[in-house]
Amino acid sequence: MLLIHCPYCEEERPELEFRNAGEAHVVRSANMAGESDEDFEKFFFIRSNPKGIIYERWRHIHGCARFFNAVRDTVTDKFVMTYKAGEPKPKKLPGVAK
Amino acid sequence: MAASYRISGAGRFSHAKVAKFSFDGKPYAGIEGDTLASALLANGVHLAGRSFKYHRPRGILSAGAEEPNALVEIRRDAARRTPNVRATVQELYDGLEAASQNRWPSLSFDVGAVNDLASPLFSAGFYYKTFMWPKAAWKSLYEPKIRAAAGLGVAPDQPDPDHYAARFAHCEVLVLGGGAAGLAAALAAAETGVRVIVADEQADFGGALRFEAGARIDGQDGWAWAQGVVAKLKAMDNVRVLNRTTAFGYYAQNFIGLVERVSDHLAAPGRDVPRERLWQVRAKKVVIATGAIERHMVFADNDRPGVMLASAARTYLNHYGVAVGRNVGIYTANDSAYAAALDLKKAGVTVAAIVDLRDNPSGQLVDQARAANIEIHDGRAVVRVGGKLRVNSMTVQKRTGGGERTLPVDALLMSAGWTPSVHLFSQSRGKVAFNDEVKRFLPGTYAQDCVSAGACNGTDGLAASVDEAYAAGAKAAKEAGGKAAKSAKPKVEASEGWSRGMLGAAPGAGPGTTVKAFVDFQNDVTAKDIRQAVHEGMRSIEHVKRFTTNGMATDQGKTSNMHGLAIAAEELGKPIPQVGLTTFRAPYTPVTFGSIANHARGALFDPTRRTTTHGWAEKNGAVFEDVGQWKRAWYFPKAGEDMHAAVNRECVTVRKTAGLFDASTLGKIEVVGPDAATFMELMYTNPWQKLAPGRCRYGLMLREDGFIYDDGVVGRLAEDRFHVTTTTGGAARVMNQMEDYLQTEFPHLKVWLTSISEQWAVIAVQGPNSRKIIEPLVEGIDLSDEAFPHMSVREGKICGVPTRLFRMSFSGERGFEVNVPADYGEAVWEALWAEGQKHGACAYGTETMHVLRAEKGYIIVGQDTDGTVTVNDAGIDWAIGKKKADFVGMRGMMRPDLVAPGRKQLVGLKTKDPNVVLEEGAQIVADPNQPIPMKMIGHVTSSYWSENCGRSIALGLVAGGREKMGQTLYVPMPDRVIEVEVSGAVFFDEKGERLNG
Ligand SMILES: [Zn+2]
Repeated sequence: MLLIHCPYCEEERPELEFRNAGEAHVVRSANMAGESDEDFEKFFFIRSNPKGIIYERWRHIHGCARFFNAVRDTVTDKFVMTYKAGEPKPKKLPGVAK
Repeated sequence: MAASYRISGAGRFSHAKVAKFSFDGKPYAGIEGDTLASALLANGVHLAGRSFKYHRPRGILSAGAEEPNALVEIRRDAARRTPNVRATVQELYDGLEAASQNRWPSLSFDVGAVNDLASPLFSAGFYYKTFMWPKAAWKSLYEPKIRAAAGLGVAPDQPDPDHYAARFAHCEVLVLGGGAAGLAAALAAAETGVRVIVADEQADFGGALRFEAGARIDGQDGWAWAQGVVAKLKAMDNVRVLNRTTAFGYYAQNFIGLVERVSDHLAAPGRDVPRERLWQVRAKKVVIATGAIERHMVFADNDRPGVMLASAARTYLNHYGVAVGRNVGIYTANDSAYAAALDLKKAGVTVAAIVDLRDNPSGQLVDQARAANIEIHDGRAVVRVGGKLRVNSMTVQKRTGGGERTLPVDALLMSAGWTPSVHLFSQSRGKVAFNDEVKRFLPGTYAQDCVSAGACNGTDGLAASVDEAYAAGAKAAKEAGGKAAKSAKPKVEASEGWSRGMLGAAPGAGPGTTVKAFVDFQNDVTAKDIRQAVHEGMRSIEHVKRFTTNGMATDQGKTSNMHGLAIAAEELGKPIPQVGLTTFRAPYTPVTFGSIANHARGALFDPTRRTTTHGWAEKNGAVFEDVGQWKRAWYFPKAGEDMHAAVNRECVTVRKTAGLFDASTLGKIEVVGPDAATFMELMYTNPWQKLAPGRCRYGLMLREDGFIYDDGVVGRLAEDRFHVTTTTGGAARVMNQMEDYLQTEFPHLKVWLTSISEQWAVIAVQGPNSRKIIEPLVEGIDLSDEAFPHMSVREGKICGVPTRLFRMSFSGERGFEVNVPADYGEAVWEALWAEGQKHGACAYGTETMHVLRAEKGYIIVGQDTDGTVTVNDAGIDWAIGKKKADFVGMRGMMRPDLVAPGRKQLVGLKTKDPNVVLEEGAQIVADPNQPIPMKMIGHVTSSYWSENCGRSIALGLVAGGREKMGQTLYVPMPDRVIEVEVSGAVFFDEKGERLNG
């Protein structure tokens, strides 16, 4: 069981309290009605599914109930960092060599 | 007294009480402190079981958790029968009943042993090769036969009556293993004041000090020192000492699973004592001090009862006071077996000879053996043994061949060397590295915050192990925030030390095809099997393992992995690291289902949710159905009524006068805030801005992909307050979807969401007399049609308590849904019931609710839709706000496939024979005479007998269904084909006049 740092509660809590909510930074268009089929496909269906660093959404559902973003390594399962919903994708990741 | 192998004055339990026990029905006596294995050996019993595949007689190989052979069933009563218990781990208690396994009719005469003679049939990969075809025979013939013939114990057929406890724990330093190294590490860490947990699988701490007799630490006997350290640790508030506790799994971020055997060793465990306790420990630092496991020698018939590990024989002597024989032989490739010979000789046991595979062995122990006049045959091998149910001789030959010499023995003690226990390190995802000099895998690259110390780290000798472990414990504690240690590290004054040994097959392992030189005892894998696997093309050890099943039994190859690997490497002509080591996985030793399931069984497996009228419904004869976690009243049969009769009566009564229905399980969410209407516009397909406060609207929710997700009636209580209802099953996911969008996509909206599902009890009063029933109880709400039309909501009082009163209908009749705070639910129901009685109303359940709504063609999301149904498919386009710029699913529902012609559409289905009721889920075809497989064009989603219509009714999803009105379609069933006519989905009161009737 992983420990996940909730950026709202500001502490590490056990994985049991959280639920994964899919990839992060997938932007919903402000003009949904005008989206082309291709753009909608990218928005709704296409995910990066990387081997390595992934940016994803989590919800502290059995805690503060907030959605937030996390950077996780899909190879080691290690959480690199977490940050609040709406904050930009971090440019520098602590402890990750590029 | 049959305990004739008990050596007086030897062992640590010489003054213990007698414990009587039985094995295969025969009574024996042991002493308290014994394991079942030591007690059997004290009685001269070596034969303990039959092997898995060949049914060969097997004895006791080891004195610990690595035991592959002596697996028995322990019986306390009919329900407490535990199979596959290692006799070397099971502590003896007075009255213990044990039985051997995998034999018939008896342990000494087993019919299945014919497999041993027929063994060419059972060689490596035989399952794959022999039982390839026909496929169907696997299920009916091969698998049941194989399972019956080759197997271990039998699972009990009654529910487990024991209970199991669970604890979570946190500590700065967790020490895994309580031998000298583990205790030193725990002591060093504990003295810094940090929280320490130290666990060991044995009844007593001490590890290898159980057998290492000559050790002296801090001026004491090694074993006494260990017990002193344990007492000291137990007295410290910051230390938790767990004996009989196995660390079975090492998971991410230093999360360790341990299981503590609390009462399996007790003669009469009280009912309040759990059988086992599961510990889930999160540790800042972990010190792994899991020691090493001795390997056996691989030679012909090395599995005969009486052939065992040298360290095990030493443990039985020095710890339990039991000699494993009177005339023992020793077969070794390293020094440690010499110590066993010396200890046994000192205790009065005859040592026939030490056969040492090495040329000219030297060293302190060898000199001592010579001085004790023990015969040493160096450069020689034991090429086979005599005896079947018990070894009776060993045949010795020069390693290079030549003349043989046979010596009588009644036990043969072997040691090929020691394998560091890197299991938990490997489970932590650490990478092992092969040390070519000493031919063993050792911890290499660490993946987690842990450190290995002592024998498991390849550190040889007690003194070096204690030094290393003490330093590791102190360092771990300091890094985890501890103060400097107060006392000096333990000083080892006398100890043994050895390393080296050999890997793989010894000369007596073949090459003949009938020679059985066992590598893996539990899975009956021989040296020949490994060689054969290589000859048949297996190159990686992972393939060899799966082909031969080497290391795949419940002991997970603790004694066999390295031998198997070495034989494969030799056969491949490659160095060992290139062939690779298989990955170790949890659990380290078998773990009971009971400890994992723990409290989550029976009533505690999943919560049961009951509405406030549950007790009333029970008293009034309701039959309940499970709807998710809810218990819902299904129907209320009167005396003599079956379900059909009860539902028919309820359906007719509601439409004739009225009925009461508990709708409390509906999900309810309050959406509040200045932007509440804007938010509702985005969440639902419908328009909300212009809905006046006090009015209701049917709300339809989609997913972003354009498919129907949920629905429910929404009441606008005020400009900034909506009372939203969801389906019973959808409550949590609708709340989640709303929160998701509010927090992440529309965080600028000033809206707050509150789940109120359990705050409000909901009583539906439906039927032409519904208003008359509620009227006398309602205060402050004008109930006239003009003031309170269909699809309205008012706040007021009923029976003197607050209500949110909805005028709405899921039956098609004039109806109300009375929301009251849940605490008043039962009282208000009773009051409404009393009023209802005056009008001949009935209580009705979910079945009648379903029939009534189907008569009206109202869909149920999740029954008439399945996650692939669009708004248009369901025929409810009117629910979409045409002028809206955005809502969830708006773009998704425009996708090409979702607007293409020919999609399945929801329609009514009328059977040509009105008495025939279709089966829900049945498939629909256009032509029943087409060849199978037929082209299916749809399926039945809802189907009932409608007493109000006097016929069966059904809803279904049919391709292009709305263009097929009036057409005949077919529902093929196993025994007949049913003709149906496609119709509209509304079967009763098509114009909807009864809503105000
Ligand atoms: Zn939180």
